[in-house]
Parts: sequence; C-alpha cells; structure tokens
Amino acid sequence: MRQTIDETNQLPATERRDFLYYATASTGAIAAGAAVWPLINSMNPSADVTASGTVRVDLSGVEPGQRITVKWQGHPVFVWRRSEAAIQAARAVDLDQLPDPVDEAGENPNTSGEEPALDENRAAGEDGEWLVVIGVCTHLGCIPLGQDGSAVGEFGGWFCPCHGSHYDTSGRIRKGPAPRNLDIPPYDLGDDLQLVIGT
Amino acid sequence: MAGIPHDHYEPSTGAEKWLHRRLPVVGILYDTIMIPTPKNLNWMWIWGIVLTFCLALQIITGIVLVMHYTPHVDMAFASVEHIMRDVNGGFMLRYLHANGASLFFVAVYAHIFRGLYYGSYKEPREITWIIGILIFVLMMGTGFMGYVLPWGQMSFWGATVITGLFGAIPFVGESLQTWLLGGPAVDNATLNRFFSLHYLLPFVIAGLVIVHIWAFHTTGNNNPTGVEVRRGSKAEAEKDTLPFWPYFVIKDLFALALVMVIFWAIVGFMPNYLGHPDNYIEANPLSTPAHIVPEWYFLPFYAILRAFTSEVWVVQIASFLTGGIIDAKFFGVLAMFGAIVVMALAPWLDTSSVRSGRYRPMFKWWFALLCVDFIVLMWLGAMPAEEPYASFSLIGAAYWFAYFLVILPLLGVIEKPDPRPATIEEDFAAHYGDADSKSAAPAE
Repeated sequence: MRQTIDETNQLPATERRDFLYYATASTGAIAAGAAVWPLINSMNPSADVTASGTVRVDLSGVEPGQRITVKWQGHPVFVWRRSEAAIQAARAVDLDQLPDPVDEAGENPNTSGEEPALDENRAAGEDGEWLVVIGVCTHLGCIPLGQDGSAVGEFGGWFCPCHGSHYDTSGRIRKGPAPRNLDIPPYDLGDDLQLVIGT
Repeated sequence: MAGIPHDHYEPSTGAEKWLHRRLPVVGILYDTIMIPTPKNLNWMWIWGIVLTFCLALQIITGIVLVMHYTPHVDMAFASVEHIMRDVNGGFMLRYLHANGASLFFVAVYAHIFRGLYYGSYKEPREITWIIGILIFVLMMGTGFMGYVLPWGQMSFWGATVITGLFGAIPFVGESLQTWLLGGPAVDNATLNRFFSLHYLLPFVIAGLVIVHIWAFHTTGNNNPTGVEVRRGSKAEAEKDTLPFWPYFVIKDLFALALVMVIFWAIVGFMPNYLGHPDNYIEANPLSTPAHIVPEWYFLPFYAILRAFTSEVWVVQIASFLTGGIIDAKFFGVLAMFGAIVVMALAPWLDTSSVRSGRYRPMFKWWFALLCVDFIVLMWLGAMPAEEPYASFSLIGAAYWFAYFLVILPLLGVIEKPDPRPATIEEDFAAHYGDADSKSAAPAE
C-alpha cells in the first residue's frame, strides 16, 4: 500500500521538477541572450558612421580627362571625366575578352540587376563621359594607382601595385589576380553635375 | 589529487596556522613552487619561464604606455610619436613593448616545437596542449590588434587585409566584417575596439596560463625521455625528480639572463630591425603601401593563406563540390586557421605509443623537415605573391598538413622505435653519471 502511494506521488513530482529545471534554464538562456544582444549590436556601425554614407560633390570644375578621388564610407571613389579616346577604348572591348563579363546587382547598384559588364552599363550618361567606381582592388583591398595619370597599367585605367592587377578605362579587370571588376557605388549624377554618392 | 608524491606545506607558526585554516594560499604557492620536476629536463624546457617573463613585461610596459596613448584616428599616430619623443623614457618603453612581442613569439614557437618533438601533447597532457594552443591563438589576436594601435600605414593596411579575411566567409562574411570594423572600412570605431580588446586579452591569457600550469602540474612535466616519473612512493619519485625550487628556478633564470642579453641588445641597438619603415608613415586610407607584409611571427600562416590560389586543383575541386561557396579566398582562410587546428589535434592524430622523438628514428627526420618547412614558409610569407614563391608556398603548406594528417598517423603504425630507458633515473645516470657514486669515480 505504502509503495503504491509513493509511486503515484513520485512520478508527478519528477515531472514537476523537470519542468522547473527546463523553465529555469530557458529563462536563463533568454535573459543571457537579451543581455548579450545589446552589447553585440553596439559594435555595429553607429548612427554617425551610417549617416556619413552620403557624400555630395560638385563636378562642374572637373576638366575633360581629369580624375578626382572622393572619400566615401572610408573608401576612395574614383571619379573620371573620360576623354573620347578612353571611352572609345572601353567600348571597343568584346565581353569575351573580360575575365569578369557580368556585373552582379551588388557590384553595380545603379542598374536593375545582373548586367553584362559593358561600358554603357558602367559609365554615367548617354555619352558615358563620367565613370564613377570604388577605388578598392577586388583582390585584397589595396588602392590601385592611376588617379594622377601615371601608372595607369596596360589597359589605360588603373594598376594595383600590390599584386599587379590591371584595370581598363571602364574599371574592368583585364589582367592579374583580381577576380572582379571595380565595384560601382550607388550614385546619382544630375544635369547640374552635382554628384551624390550613396543615394 | 593524483600527482607525484611529495612533501606538502605544513604551517609551523601560529600566524601561518591561523591563515592556513582560513585561506590555504601559502600552501598552494608552496606546492606549486616545490613541484617535483623530472631531473633530466634539458635546455628546451626553459621557454616557459621566458614566456611568463614576456607576459609580465608586456602587461607592465603596456599599462604604462596606455597612460600616454590616445586611441583616436586623428591623434593615435601623434600620441605614439609623443611617447617616442616627449615622454620620459617613452621610447624605451615602446621599444620594449614592440620587441617584447617578438620575443614572446620566438619563445612560444620554441615552446610549441619542443612539445611537438618530445610528444608533450600526448596522453595524458592533451588539456595542457589544447590550452596552450588557445593561448597561442589569443597571442596572435592580441599581437595583431596591438600592431594596429600606432595607426601607421602597415597598421591600417594590415588591419584591412586581415579583417578582409572574415569578409571571405560565405553568406555572412560581409555583415560580419562590417560588425567587426564597426563601419564599412577600418576607421575610428575599429581602432577603439582593437584598443579595448588589446588591453583585455593579455589578462585572459594570464588566466589561461594559470590553467595551463595547473594542468601540467596535475599530470607532471613531460621530459626528454617521455618516460613518466615513478609514482609508487615518495622515495621512488625522488629518484626521478628534483623540486622546482631551487633547482629549476635557478637554471631557468640563468637561461632567461642569456635570452635577455640578446633581447636588450636588440632593444638597445636595433629596435626597429623587426618592424616596417612604412609604419612610421601615418595611416592613409587613400594610399596603399606597395608591399603589405605582416609581422614576422605571422608570416608562416600568411604564406599558407596565400598559397591556395584559384589555379590550385584542390581549390578547384572544393569550389566545384560546394557549387562555388568555397572560393579561393575562403579556402585560403580555412587553410590558415586549419593549420592551427591540425596542430591542436596532434594528440589524436599521432598514433605512436612512444612519446619522445628521441626514440623514434623515422619521426626525427619528418620533424626536422617540419621545422625547415616552418622557416621556409616564414620566408615565403614575406615574398611577393608571384612565381616561384607561390609554388613553394603551396609545397610548404601541403607539407604542413601532410605532417599532421598523414605522417603522424602512419608513423605510429610503420615505425619501429628504439629502446627507451626504463626510468628517468637511468637516463639521468647515463648522461650525467650516478650522483651517489660521484665521489668514488670522478666523473667526466
């Protein structure tokens, strides 16, 4: 008799205790997670860093053939008012000559999606006079040379001194270890030549 | 606690007894410092004390340097120059700290390769080994972040390249990199958090060092024979061991003094020899140095990182099998971290029941080749990423993995080990003569 009472009492008691263990552990885990998340999130880009994501530049003083560098989100952006010869050189290239013939959506946010890496898709305006690219080599993140007009590489655009990547006059990789064309930032260039990067 | 039998602390005076009943701190220190230590330890067993010294040196000089340093992108470089030129003795503190990091890595590599040769990682010292590898990884993180703080060109571009490695991780890489940097590029947020962590991690390392010592004080030291100390009785153990104090303390301090002669010569006469001139140019996010090179102590792993380019067939197979998720860049990152992981797994990859390399005729040669491989990789890491260095790096990296993943497991099966001494006492007597019979037969 005594034994049956014990058994009937013990089973629910064990379940009740298990429930308490699990409830305590779950509450503890949730509390720990809730406490840790703000600490982790505080390491994400702060409001002022995010706010500096838009840069405005007046391009009306830039001469034909001139290249200027604009700092955007900690990276250099190469802005080039290209000569007719440079545009012609970029447009004479067939896609099958390119190691990276396709610009994904993230690599050129100004197009509607995945586009062939034609100069028409990469440069601004109908005549393609303006080229705006992020000046970070897609290999290991060095800054290519060529903004001062010297060391432009074998294809007239830019040359990365770190591991010898050559970019053409449309910022496309032509030779060397870099896997991708120079990325293009999201930007807006109106008729008044006010360039807004990071729109 | 299972350990080598030895005398324990007995509080004698009233004050000692009073304290010991409440907090046995003197007893713990006594047992630690009087630990029975195999009496045949050779000179490769001195690196522990050098490493302890380095940790203390780095923490002490670091705390003082922080009093003069400003962790802000506009002022960090100038504040380091302020330390160099204006702070009383500041140049010496900084040179000690910078070269102290180099000494730290010299010692840790000697210590690790000592363990690899004498099988110190083997049963029952796996925990000591794993904790040691953890300390090594934390040292690398601390060293890397410390190098960013002066905010020179190498600081900035080294940080850019190394944090870029995290960007190579599929799917989450870019978000992870942005989170690590606190922005789209290395900037003030990055400098501040690196400063915070550079100050924190040495204390984490100090905690792990205590666990490391605790672990091998539980198992007892390994020794050049790999034969365990006899534990049947105190008298038996005493034939194989001597107390750490004073015998090994004095020996280790003597070795430390010799190391210090070289260290101070470098600090005093060639303090910039191991640095890069580019780091005396303030960081410029718009201009890359022509040749980005990490500090010398990262070079072997940097060479492994760069060895796996998209032309290598293993990379192409990995890329094909994963549908392009593992590309050359990510493969390189996996290889670099993998090179440390295989080292951590050595206790389970080495199938030989013989602990010490001294009695393993085939192992000796493969191990020597591993040492050469490590030094060659260090040289290759500093070379430009072009032929023939790229091919050499690939061979070097392949051997590193082959040693741990193929050679260690196979050798245990095919190798016939040499006879080992039955006891440490026997080995000691063979090398130094029998201490008891010394008076009878003038030795040497």
